[in-house]
Order: sequence, then structure tokens, then C-alpha cells
Amino acid sequence: MPTQKTLAVTGNTLVAEAIRQCSPDVIPAYPITPQTTVVEELAKFVANGRMHAEYVNVESEHSAMSAAVGASAAGARVATATSSQGLALMWEELHIAAGLRLPIVMFNANRALAAPINIHCDHSDVMGARDTGWIILFAETAQEAYDNTIMSFRIAEHPEVLLPVMTTADGFITTHSIDRAQIMDDETVAAFVGDYEPENALLDFGKPVTHGSFAGLGGPYFEFKNSQRMAIERARDVVKSVGAEWSAITGRPFGMVETWGMEDAETAIVVIGSTAGNARHVARGLRAEGKKVGVVKVRCFRPFPYAELAAALKGVKAVAVMDRSESFGAEGGPLFLEVRSALYDLDERIPVVDYIYGLGGADVKIELIDRVFADLSDIASGTAAPSGLVYLGAR
Amino acid sequence: MTTIRELSHREDLLEGGHRLCAGCGASIAVRQVMLGAGGTPVVVGCATGCLEVSTTIYPYSSWKTPFIHNAFENAAATVSGVESAFKGLQRAGKIPADKKAKFIAFGGDGGTYDIGLQSLSGAMERGHDMVYVCYDNGAYMNTGIQRSSATPMGAWATTSEVGSVGQGKPQRRKDLTSIMAAHNIPYVAQASISDWKDLTSKAEKAFAVEGPAFINVFAPCPRGWRIPYDSTVEIAKSAVTSAFWPLFEVVDGEWIYTKRSVTRENRKPIEEFLKPQGRFKHLFKPGNEALLAQVQTEVDRNFDHILKRCGL
Repeated sequence: MPTQKTLAVTGNTLVAEAIRQCSPDVIPAYPITPQTTVVEELAKFVANGRMHAEYVNVESEHSAMSAAVGASAAGARVATATSSQGLALMWEELHIAAGLRLPIVMFNANRALAAPINIHCDHSDVMGARDTGWIILFAETAQEAYDNTIMSFRIAEHPEVLLPVMTTADGFITTHSIDRAQIMDDETVAAFVGDYEPENALLDFGKPVTHGSFAGLGGPYFEFKNSQRMAIERARDVVKSVGAEWSAITGRPFGMVETWGMEDAETAIVVIGSTAGNARHVARGLRAEGKKVGVVKVRCFRPFPYAELAAALKGVKAVAVMDRSESFGAEGGPLFLEVRSALYDLDERIPVVDYIYGLGGADVKIELIDRVFADLSDIASGTAAPSGLVYLGAR
Repeated sequence: MTTIRELSHREDLLEGGHRLCAGCGASIAVRQVMLGAGGTPVVVGCATGCLEVSTTIYPYSSWKTPFIHNAFENAAATVSGVESAFKGLQRAGKIPADKKAKFIAFGGDGGTYDIGLQSLSGAMERGHDMVYVCYDNGAYMNTGIQRSSATPMGAWATTSEVGSVGQGKPQRRKDLTSIMAAHNIPYVAQASISDWKDLTSKAEKAFAVEGPAFINVFAPCPRGWRIPYDSTVEIAKSAVTSAFWPLFEVVDGEWIYTKRSVTRENRKPIEEFLKPQGRFKHLFKPGNEALLAQVQTEVDRNFDHILKRCGL
């Protein structure tokens, strides 16, 4: 019988609990703000004999992911965590982890990238990894960070997928704020996640395999990439089915996209992560005034839920995309580019405006969201033309 | 030390038919080192480089033992991950607690002295039960003979050119073996493919210790050194007899010189090592006498330094 406890905890504490409950065999760890309390908690679990994992105090994030690749190829369940510059330093290895089809699970505390150096939240780090072949999940709350982390192991290790998963939460906002959340009992999580049965493990000495071959002659590289594309496409159904299964156990809904007020919304904000709460808060107030507004939150960014997004936004008169990262020189931030692409196949042409906001932890004040909905209202009523890219709240 | 007769019955874990050049020193180094594992299962990791590229051309593999290539600078970190998986899985009860295995990483000098130094240092400091073997051919051979920090002083390379101003690499070599000894790991050795019994014996010792071990193996590259394909072993031998590459080991901090037949007094002049190699031919041109003398001075200084550490 699943038993849940309600706690007042930070996101990082819950992520560490989730990793402990999923029993990885190896944890290569390197500290970086604001991920540190995750690896500290895990070190305590190991020191207290509450985890069997081999904890590897690597000397850099590059080595963290390199050791994760070695350990995963060896046949171990592997988890690690990072943030910002650390994720950037791993960039080479992120591609290799995905290309070798290794189901590594990594938590990322979303944080700005230098320069100038900044330790606070935005999505520049994760978005920089969006084309590395990893499945990428975003959390709004500590609860979602917990749930996503547990689901990540199931998704990554699914035989139809075998891809690494990055489970993320907003640095400080979600990782360090104390939030109310429910934690599942250890047995239920263990049963849900199950045992990892690796294929082609290096440590299967009876069947020696070569990992990381040179595929530079005669075109097999191209075939490998095609199979990787097919795997992440198959992950769409796996993300949904694993989400449904966890949802049935916990009673908490999961969707690649989550909607609020979209049944009859005329204008909508599309948002990722902790700001979704601010957006719903403002939308609730506007609804009370009789304004038909809605919020769409993207929880799974890779694979990107194009069909779900188009279905949610169909019939809306104007859409605002909130991007917490840049794609300098592009028409908008990474989320904007995906959302506009998702809307292309609809019969009607919906005006879409991109708002770059909250970079480096810049405050996401309620007035700013008010302004976005006000802009949308003007665009929807025809009193204003859709503006291009807006730096929301910039002086 | 295992006898030659016994070694001759051991299986070569690197199968023939790979695409390394004729006369490549790397494959000799690999064979002699792997023989030292003595039948215990071995997982091999390899840095990007000639050895990796030439032995794992998809869909083929020359490796008759589990093998992983990850990237250029992280063979040590990667193998440390494999070794950690072995421990973690043993603790999980998925691998029998009494099961034994060896973990080995190979890297060239570029992947070890230069880009992989941090990864190697970290893995050694953490105390993983693994052996790291550098096959040192003194340049980035896979990308076309570019200079590394292992390239000898005065050597031509495609990024330390010889011209009206440049006369090859102006700097000294990095003393990597001493750097590894400074990690205070149980076993460090310097060996050469020419002294193959010594090499296999050192590999046996490296595999036998609990914890990290490092072996730096001198492994000539005919293509990069501009030498005939059938002179690999001879050139390696003259590196030892000229004291360019002294053979020694550091066992639990104790320095031991293992080539007692080569002494300060009878070491051959460095010309014997340099002259047959096209990469040093400019050193023998009129006007470069001082440079040649400087190379000899540097070799003698290094040799003296090692002998003193060995109490000789």
C-alpha cells in the first residue's frame, strides 16, 4: 500500500531523496552552486549506509559525466547532478552519453551561464543542452522535481528508449525554497523503478563488447543518429505512460504539457518551470474579472510536445511565450522557436510574442506578468500589433 | 616474474588484423602490458587516438575483452567509472563479492601528458584500482605529428616546425612519470617496448597492487619519427641505452632503477638515438652544434636526477 508523507522541504532535499530511493550503483559527483546540497545529501546517505552506491568524488564535471558514461556502460544504474558552468563543461560528454545510449539520470539546478558570472536562476544552461540527445524534464515545484526524478529512471532505462534523462528544477527558487511536498515510501518507489537490467554491459565478461567504436568510415554514423532520433521519438509514449503510472500511484497528475484555463482561453502564456506559478496566480485574478486567460506549462522539453501544445493553443487569439534563456540572433528564445513551430500546422495563424525574462535570477514580479496579459489582450482585440521580442522588465 | 614459456601460452587480448601502421610501437606496448594481467578478466578503456581508431572500426573490433572508448581527455575518468560500477554492483549483490577483475586505461602522450592530465590526476588521487598506461610516442600522431608536452627538445613536429628561425621544439619535455610518482600511488613505472620482459614484469606488478598504478611506456612511431618501419624496437632500445628514456619504477614511494646495465659512465651519446630519426635531422646541420649539445645536457641532467632519486 503506497504511503506518502507530507514534508516541508527544499527541492534539492527531495531530489536527493528521490535519487536515494531509486538506488543508483554509482554517483559521480562534483559540487556547484546551487546543486551542492543534492550531492551533500547523497554523500551523507552513503556515509550512513543508507545507499549502496559507489560515490566518486570526481575532479570536474567533465570527469563526472565521463565516469558516469564508464559506469553506465559497465552496467550500473548511474545518477549525478550539476548546474550551469558544470553542465556547460560536460557538453562534450552529454552527446557521448546519448550517442552511446546510456540511461544516466542527471539533475540540473537551472542557473545562468557566465559572463558576467551569476549564480541565480535562468534556463540558459539546460537550453544549451537541448540538442545533445538527452530527454529533458522541467519542474515547477519541489514536488515536481521529486516526481520527475523518480520517473526519469524508468524513462531512461525503458528498453524502447535507453537515453539519458536530465531532470531539472529552477536554481534557488525551487532548489532552495522550502515547499510543501509529499514523499512516497521507499518500497513503493523501489517497486515502481524496478531493477536495471543492462544490455551489453562491459562487466559481462562472458560476452565482451566494444563500446564507443569509430564509425567514421562508410556511413554507419548516419545510421546511429537515425536510430537515436527514433529512440527519442519513442520516448514520447514512454514519458506519457510512465507519467500516467506514477500519477495513478501518487494521485498527482502528469502531462508533457499542463494547462490551466485553456478550455475557453482567448489569450495564453506558455511558460516553463517555477514562473508557471506566478502566471497562474495572475491568470486567476484576471479570470475573477471575467477575462478568458490561460496558462500552458511545458514539463517535458525533449522530446518536445508539439501536438499537445498545438491542441492546447488551438483557437486562442494571442499567445505569449516566456523564455528564461536566450538564443542570441534567433527570432526568439528556445521555447518561442518551439512553440511557433508547434502552431505552424494549425489552420489559423495565432500571433505569438516572445518575452525574455528573469535572466540571471532577475525578479519575476507579478506586475510583469500583468503586463504580458495586458499586451495579449491588446493584440487579441486588435488595438495593438504583436511586438517582436520583448526583454520583460528591462530598464 | 612469469617465464617466457608461460607468457607464450597466454592469449593476446588485442587481436591481429587491426589497422595500426606496420611497426607501430603502441600495439607492442598493449600486448606486453595485457600479458601481465595473467588471465584475470580485464576491461580496457582507451583515449581517442591511433590505438582506439585503428582497433575499433565499426562494425569490427580487435579487442577480445570488454572495451570502451569515450573521448580524448577522459580515459582515466571513464575507467574510474567502470571500476566504480564494479564496486557498486558488488555491493548491490549483482556481482559476486569474490569476483576479481582488472581495469586498464590506455592513452597516448597527447591524451595523457596534455589534455588528459587532469582526468588522470583525479583518478589516481581517488585511489581507483586501475592501471593507466601511457604509450608515449612524443607527439599527436593520430592528427598528424603535432607537438605535445612529451615531444623531445629539438624535435621537428608539424606545429614545432624547422625553418629559417625555428629549429624544432625549443622546450624541455614534461616529466610526467615523476608527476605521477608525486601522487604517492602504490606503483609507478617507466618502461620501453624494447625491454619487453621488463615491461611485462612491470605490468604484472601494476596489476598486482591494490589501488592505482601508472606505467609510461616508450613506444616509437615510425611515421612520426621518420624512421623505417622495421626499426621501431632498435630505436626504442637506443633511447634506453642513451639514457634518453631511463627505465625505473617507484614502488610505494621507493625509486628503483631497473636498467642497471646503463650507467652515467657507459650511456651512449644521444646522437645514436637522434641520428636515425628524420625528425632530428636538422640538429646535425652546421650551425646547430650548440642545440645538439643542449639536448645532450638535458638528457644527462634528467638521467642524473633519476639515478639520484634511486640512490645511485
